[in-house]
Amino acid sequence: MAILKYYGAIAEATNCFEEQISVTNLNVADCVALLNKKYNLNQIQVHVALNKNLVEIDSAIKLKDSDEIALLPPFAGG
Amino acid sequence: MKNVFIKGPITPEFISNSIAKHQTKKEIGAHNIFLGQVRADVIKNKKVAAINFTAYEDMANEVLENIREKAFKTFNLTCMHVYHSLGEIKTGEICFFLFVSAKHSKEVYAATEYLVNIVKKKVPLFGKEIFEDQTHQWKVNN
Repeated sequence: MAILKYYGAIAEATNCFEEQISVTNLNVADCVALLNKKYNLNQIQVHVALNKNLVEIDSAIKLKDSDEIALLPPFAGG
Repeated sequence: MKNVFIKGPITPEFISNSIAKHQTKKEIGAHNIFLGQVRADVIKNKKVAAINFTAYEDMANEVLENIREKAFKTFNLTCMHVYHSLGEIKTGEICFFLFVSAKHSKEVYAATEYLVNIVKKKVPLFGKEIFEDQTHQWKVNN
């Protein structure tokens, strides 16, 4: 299992901050597509961080157990 | 890694204490400070009353550490401090405090502009703009 983390507008859409996901044969793009469908995130501009590094949302990087995948809405600091 | 995040607003006392702490560092000839304040924007006739900030703190700390290393090398800084609020910050209160110090003014001016822009762009911070009627929208940096 890998950990999914949600922030800001995305956490509002998923109604939780964190959950686990089975990542057998799943890459980043698959995972994002799955979550888009489950939570209807299409209206939010999503960035993805894999183990705290930003990756492309259509990345083919394979996910593995203990990965931390964070879905991040637009940044708003400063 | 120092703690960047402060729960609640950054107070004028905190800022003045930071200045005072640097008076022993006598190789410094120039300080520059940038303060971000929560603005009462009016959007579709509704006025912003506060912003509730959250962060992906583990990632934000790593990103800021990289920014810090690069800034020290690029601008010949003596000191650099960045603080950002988390939680609900009312309009008129300070949510972002950047404090850079060097031998000369030229370096701190350039560093300030670079750092303000990169923090806004690269650090995973999120802001919920709360209107006076308690509805909200999510802030997006331009």
